[in-house]
Amino acid sequence: MIRSDILKDIAPILRDQLVVCNIGLPSQELHMIDDQPSTFYMLGTMGLSSSIGFGLALAQDKKVISIDGDGSVLTNFGTLPTIANNARDNYILLIIDNGSYGSTGDQPTYAGKKTSLAAVARACGCENVVEVAAEDTGKALQEAIKGNQMTIIVAKCKSGNIPVPVITMDPVVIRDRFMKTVRA
Amino acid sequence: MSINTKLVDDLVANDISFVTTVPCKQLAGVIDEIEARPGVLHVPSNKEDEGMGLCAGAWMGGKRPAIIMQNTAIGVTINTLATLIQYYRMPLPMLISYRGELREPVACQVEMAVHTKALLAQMNIPTYHFHKQSDADEFDNILKYTFMCNKPVAILTDANFWGGYGDQ
Repeated sequence: MIRSDILKDIAPILRDQLVVCNIGLPSQELHMIDDQPSTFYMLGTMGLSSSIGFGLALAQDKKVISIDGDGSVLTNFGTLPTIANNARDNYILLIIDNGSYGSTGDQPTYAGKKTSLAAVARACGCENVVEVAAEDTGKALQEAIKGNQMTIIVAKCKSGNIPVPVITMDPVVIRDRFMKTVRA
Repeated sequence: MSINTKLVDDLVANDISFVTTVPCKQLAGVIDEIEARPGVLHVPSNKEDEGMGLCAGAWMGGKRPAIIMQNTAIGVTINTLATLIQYYRMPLPMLISYRGELREPVACQVEMAVHTKALLAQMNIPTYHFHKQSDADEFDNILKYTFMCNKPVAILTDANFWGGYGDQ
């Protein structure tokens, strides 16, 4: 399975949740598969999906799922200690780890080599970290949503992309409809 | 009233309830004051772009945010300011310790100080410079302005404003 297969699998689970989705192809794929006002699509700012989602979880009580990638987590490792030390049980960080920078041409990341993101998250103090195979992502995500403990999921999959259109929605529209869903 | 108390009183009066900080020697007192306020959630960041991500999320979640950091952070956060805070039109008061100005003892700090206002101007970020303690009288109005226009706004506070570095 590649990332878009995981997103297709979990789209029905994500539908009713507040989602912050990573820059580039992940946002474009999720937008194409099942566009929802409850998804905040990142159009720029690589690395901050985890931080934006966590800030949202700190500010209100609804569950928040940040969808991140291995490359983006690598670029913002510093936020894992912040998340661990201020843990909120309404927060789920789903890292889709395909071992490559998918949006830029599938250059390999260190997460596909020696570096284990699950081990890094644990070392940073995150207490509930699960690593799953791609096909088990939906099950792990449902368990995390049902449970009442902050969860970091590392879903391992193959690298690869599908053709997708860019998101042309205005950023203020994305943000405005998302905020209305948060408040609803 | 101490200047730290005044600044944090203004934050609270403007309903700011989420503050992230990356420390600076000059900001130690104001950070302590924030930590002591029960109505303000203080979440220290490891890097300022991370902090801006937290602030963006907190604001979308219904809490008014602020970030407290050094001016060196402008060099770190240009991309985040442009593609997140400005692109999505989000308010963000940035209380910034303006290192490398008059009474600065560390020469390297001047190297970013000389770029600070130019970078902020290039980014079209409204910028205020507190040099004397009475300049902070405007802080309340600056915060109101920030949440009126949904923009990042910089408040530069130099060593003279904070009373210098003692004998250094």
